[in-house]
Amino acid sequence: MPSKTFRGGVDTPHFKEMSASSPISELPAPEKVTIPLTQHIGAPCEVKVEKGDQVDLGQIIADTDAFVSAPIHASVSGTVEAVTTTRLADGRIVPAVVIASDGEDRWHESVAPKGELRNLDADAIRSIMREAGLVGMGGAAFPTHVKYTPPPGVDLHTIIINGCECEPFLTCDHRVMLEFADEIVFGLEAMMKVAGAKRGLIGIEENKPDAIEALRQAVGDRPYDVIPLKVKYPEGAEKQLISALTGQEVPSGGLPLDLGIVVNNVATAVALANAIKTGQPLIDRVVTVSGDRVGRPGNLRVRIGTSMEDVFDACGGLTEAPERIVIGGPMMGQAVFDISIPITKGCSGVLALSAEIAPVVEEKPCIRCGRCVEVCPSFLMPLYIADYPHEASLEYYPLDCIECGSCSYICPADQRLLERIRLAKVEAEARQRSDDA
Amino acid sequence: MVEAILTLMTLGLLFGAGLAFASRVLAVKRDERIEAVEAALPGGNCGACGKAGCGMFAEALVEGRTQIFSCPVADPENLERIAEILDLDIDTDSDRKVAVVRCQGDDEAAKDRFRYIGIKDCNAAQMVAGGHKACEYGCLGQGTCVGDDVCPFDAIYMGPNGLPVIIEEKCTGCGNCVEACPRNIIALMPQGLPVYVLCVSHDGPKYARKACDKACIACGMCVRKCPNEAFVLEDKLAVVDYDKCQAAGVCIDVCPTGALVGPAGSEEKRKEA
Repeated sequence: MPSKTFRGGVDTPHFKEMSASSPISELPAPEKVTIPLTQHIGAPCEVKVEKGDQVDLGQIIADTDAFVSAPIHASVSGTVEAVTTTRLADGRIVPAVVIASDGEDRWHESVAPKGELRNLDADAIRSIMREAGLVGMGGAAFPTHVKYTPPPGVDLHTIIINGCECEPFLTCDHRVMLEFADEIVFGLEAMMKVAGAKRGLIGIEENKPDAIEALRQAVGDRPYDVIPLKVKYPEGAEKQLISALTGQEVPSGGLPLDLGIVVNNVATAVALANAIKTGQPLIDRVVTVSGDRVGRPGNLRVRIGTSMEDVFDACGGLTEAPERIVIGGPMMGQAVFDISIPITKGCSGVLALSAEIAPVVEEKPCIRCGRCVEVCPSFLMPLYIADYPHEASLEYYPLDCIECGSCSYICPADQRLLERIRLAKVEAEARQRSDDA
Repeated sequence: MVEAILTLMTLGLLFGAGLAFASRVLAVKRDERIEAVEAALPGGNCGACGKAGCGMFAEALVEGRTQIFSCPVADPENLERIAEILDLDIDTDSDRKVAVVRCQGDDEAAKDRFRYIGIKDCNAAQMVAGGHKACEYGCLGQGTCVGDDVCPFDAIYMGPNGLPVIIEEKCTGCGNCVEACPRNIIALMPQGLPVYVLCVSHDGPKYARKACDKACIACGMCVRKCPNEAFVLEDKLAVVDYDKCQAAGVCIDVCPTGALVGPAGSEEKRKEA
């Protein structure tokens, strides 16, 4: 039987061997962390500390009353050096708290085990999710507790744990699955309990047989399915993963919630397990450091707020001036120009790439070959949307684009399709807002 | 025979009365000024104003959707007649508004933070880490304000140094380029003012100086030296009060970065500088 997958997508080179076999190593608390107060989709947090305050590891330093948001915790113990601003990977300047570490890693009193899972009810787990500042760690950083608060009338029946990791270079989820399989299953169990779901699925691309095996063992005789998936980009995109595993399609403009499904990254499941078992909020994450301009590619457990520079230095630094430095994966990540940018909750990798891997290519005229239409996993016609600013481009459902970049990748004319589609999306979003208003 | 004539006459009278009635009762009320303005316009239906013809322009003008100087063909006599009809107070010499590019941060003057290799579109450039220029207010130079679909009058083009150039004679003040610029750098301003502040940066001395050689660095020289006290600093940017300005030109001489540009002051003085 052919392995499950979605329709469309592209085969990319993987480059995973550079870091896949290197176990997760701990990057000790850096001297200074810069913690942005906007690390998730939703309302920004308001700062709760002042310059000169002593803070402990895991103490809430920023929070808000807004529902779609997640609090932010101190990732080191020490002194608040400044309440200032920092740049994020996407170029936004946002408020941030700079903490000088005292090196003691003294836990805050609020960090304590939350008790046995069987004694916790759905509301208790949901509030643990929020208190721990959990967000989707696959990259989008959507607050987890919001996913588990469905509108009335929606029955959550299936929880999917996403272990695809279809982006080239990235291996952090792979290592997490190998080293924390039990936590992933524990996290899934907690998620099932919150949602009252009946079905638990774990989807993993079949180029990670060791991870599939590890999770099958961790699952044991529990009723969860570990399902190998075809190796194809973007297998790990939420809507494509749902289609691969269940055959169902998320409606245009809809959410997985509309199908009664929630998808969470493996790292999020581990973070939830930790939050319940030890009370530890989201203060660190595993980051893949890779690329052909990095001294020793590997996977590091990094405190939130550590600068990219510190992360590169811990991996042997940059061997030569890279052509491009990317936060996230090479397909959907952001190229950055300043390596003082801090690592945030949604940051899965930092890559330093040479011009051989990330060349600058000249755009040639579109030859209407339709390859972009073939590969678009959202069944769109990228070439027509990319025709923006022509009015008609907005009629080809730009807002259903998941920005996976498959079209730009496959284009034989090297058209910057996604760049243009993003412009159309901005305009389409603006019009949708004014229509709603 | 007589019957036929009578019948037709009666019918004719009836229809005539009906039409006369309809033309009174069902008449579409139209602002009388529209017709008057249309008559006062050159009447070439050239479309240079961006409207389909003089009638449409007259309608837009009366309804306040365009400005009188948007008709580039009208001579002062036309304009004065229209102003009379619409009861406008215009000065045909100085009220003509044209687009002004309020940035001199060309490829040489403005520093880049990184090399932008994306598509030639300022909106796209703005989306890549907030723009490649070190100055977050300055012109991104990708030419989104230029082109047939923006300027119907060919009054704007990209200069050799990555800044758009306005051809003032052709500019009608339609404002399309103003709308197109994502950074709000182009503004409609009266033509021939004594001095223009060609910078929109609010960065202040410390950063603006590093980002661009031609930036307003909020040093306040113009504020201090202007004999007519026509300058103020608003959020670290020089702003002219044109009611006070007497075109002394001192500001242009004292500005250390050349952010102030204009015909004020004497020719010789500016040549020296």
